[in-house]
Amino acid sequence: MGYLGADYTVKSWLLTTDHKRIGLLYMISITVFFLLGGAAATLLRLELMTPRGDVFGSPDDYNRSFTIHGVFMVFFFLIPGVPAVLGNFLLPLMIGARDLAFPRLNLMSWYIYMIGGLFTLYALVAGGVDTGWTFYTPYSTMFSNTQVIAAALGIFIVGFSSILTALNFIVTVHTMRAPGMTWLRLPLFIWAHYATSLIIVLGTPVLAITIILVAVERLFKVGIFDPAYGGDPLLFQHLFWFYSHPAVYIMILPSFGVISEIVTAFARKKIFGYSFMAGALLAIAVLGFLVWGHHMFVSSQSMYAGMIFSVLSFLVAVPSGIKVFNWTATLYKGSVSFKTPMLYALGFIGLFTIGGLTGLVLSTMATDVHVHDTYFVVAHFHYIMVGGMVMAYLGGLHFWWPKITGRMYSEFWGALSALTVFIGFNLTFFPQFLLGYIGMPRRYYEYPEEYQVLNVMSTAGASVLAVGYMMPLIYLLISLKVGKIAGPNPWAASGLEWETSSPPPTHNFLDTKIVTSGPYDYELQEFADQQREVQEQGIV
Amino acid sequence: MSSPSATAHDNTYGQDDTYLYHHFEDLQQQHESSSLGMWAFLSTEVLFFGGVLGAFAVVQTLYGPAMKAASEHLDPILGAYNTAVLLVSSLAMALAVRASQLRQHRNTVLFLVATIVLGSVFLGVKAYEWIHDYHLELVPGINFNQDRYPGRQILFWSFYFTLTGIHALHMVIGIVIIAIMAVLVQRRWFTGGGATQIEMLGLYWHFVDIVWVFLYPILYLINR
Repeated sequence: MGYLGADYTVKSWLLTTDHKRIGLLYMISITVFFLLGGAAATLLRLELMTPRGDVFGSPDDYNRSFTIHGVFMVFFFLIPGVPAVLGNFLLPLMIGARDLAFPRLNLMSWYIYMIGGLFTLYALVAGGVDTGWTFYTPYSTMFSNTQVIAAALGIFIVGFSSILTALNFIVTVHTMRAPGMTWLRLPLFIWAHYATSLIIVLGTPVLAITIILVAVERLFKVGIFDPAYGGDPLLFQHLFWFYSHPAVYIMILPSFGVISEIVTAFARKKIFGYSFMAGALLAIAVLGFLVWGHHMFVSSQSMYAGMIFSVLSFLVAVPSGIKVFNWTATLYKGSVSFKTPMLYALGFIGLFTIGGLTGLVLSTMATDVHVHDTYFVVAHFHYIMVGGMVMAYLGGLHFWWPKITGRMYSEFWGALSALTVFIGFNLTFFPQFLLGYIGMPRRYYEYPEEYQVLNVMSTAGASVLAVGYMMPLIYLLISLKVGKIAGPNPWAASGLEWETSSPPPTHNFLDTKIVTSGPYDYELQEFADQQREVQEQGIV
Repeated sequence: MSSPSATAHDNTYGQDDTYLYHHFEDLQQQHESSSLGMWAFLSTEVLFFGGVLGAFAVVQTLYGPAMKAASEHLDPILGAYNTAVLLVSSLAMALAVRASQLRQHRNTVLFLVATIVLGSVFLGVKAYEWIHDYHLELVPGINFNQDRYPGRQILFWSFYFTLTGIHALHMVIGIVIIAIMAVLVQRRWFTGGGATQIEMLGLYWHFVDIVWVFLYPILYLINR
């Protein structure tokens, strides 16, 4: 019967404390925000197809559009995406718990998220914001005549939602693990969400206070950041990036968790170097807090500060390299099946690697000065954030879709969407590396004609990408009606979430699970399968 | 819904509510979750105040003399008085936690009310100070007198009002929740005495006190 059929009323959904239903509420709302942010992106790409401004009436409208794109995508889709949807749904299932530690707080997080979203939507309707998603002072506090306060308030509020979810995850992982589920038997998905939650808990409050200071400064002209009143605009950048650099890891660490689960399941092989994979997640979480200054290489901070931030930024490559090499080593000599989730995961590894390597170009001070604030940066962070988080989110969605809904989707359309997204993505963002390298600045809506060819390629890629994104929306919904019944474990994957029915019952498990071994014992399973086959064929 | 279900677990660690929510195995796990959750929340609060305090440290380093000149307009005696009031309120809160663990409902309510009264006294004194500052034309954005307080002194007052304002907001939230809790205990809403809830509330209240213990020397005394 499952949690989906437990009750059909609207009230039973809006007042639910079931983490699985709350995960679905988040899924619906982040999809809406993704579509809004995507619509804004489409307008931007259309504008940039020609060197002249012809889609938007004025540069201001263009500014409003990229701000809306950034704000919705970063704060309402990329950051909450994997934790709030997949994390909420799977975290208790994977550790054998009946729910998160604070179910009502979990529901409250969703309402807070929605209220924050409405504030930001209000800012959009009431005239928009033209500061960019970074709200740099003193522009945002003094010169911009747009709805900065409403948008900032929305982000402040949504920050609380993410803090509360993170807090819930930390407590759940600490206190609600099933008997026998020791720390070193946690699936990497759980480790990833644990590391992410630590970043959220330690980083988000700093963003919250920074945003309050911006709002206070705008309202009362108190001058904490505004040089006209004696303040220091660099102070804003330090505080802002202290959160917003780790925020990149808030997007990417849960994705690492998803990819680890998929790669090991579809290579039918134990993940290579489990403890290093877990350690790398924590190392990235810690290092993520030490590198914010690389956003400020050209901001007149001292050369020595720049050198230290540069070196620390290189260090992040070490645990990131561990992740990529260990996924590759897991694939090596595995019996790999190229199902839809695996295609998305492989796409993720490719895009994340390109994003990571170009990150080294940016953390080198000298090359950063050359490509600073150009499309090179835009391409880099889209490769990491979109190529990373969105690929992992879609991969995870396909991987756990049978668990969430109890139905299988069309494998043909799934594979096709994975390929379309991958091709569309590269066609959109690879030309932007070249554009940035030859000097096209970001956030300009008109440009010299020699940049047009690459911009047209990018816009063409964006339409392919849009088709790729729309496909799952359609065939996943269709699968709800006509999909084959999935059964508890359609992928023959290991993990507690596969040991309950699909969709799971309201309290997840009918009996208390007792864990006796580490995660990913695929070799054992494989061996048992072979034995059975051999016996069935009567060879022995 | 996570409707509470009564169970007959014994109660060995001063835990009051014999209500066990469906998703926990036992009361001890439930208590540990609450307490870890509260500590994690307080760590976010440390970072929240830490952001402004970090910014203040930067400004203090850049414009030391102006900061010193500005802070001389604050009355350290009033600040000290308020510190004492707040520390006594913390004591009252601690006694309320103890009383709730012993299930002395009357004493619990009594100490909670004492906490509210002392907290309100603190806020009263704070309000008096703010009104005084207003008359001295020290409030940035409303009536700050740049001629009387030249240079970067305005920055000190920006931070002063932001820090004490956020702190006061935390106190108001605390007082409201304590009041609700006192009414609930009075009406025997908790099967036990609400010990877990009051213990968590106590952690919050002590945290707010500790923040003030940092703010007082930083704002009132550091330049003397």
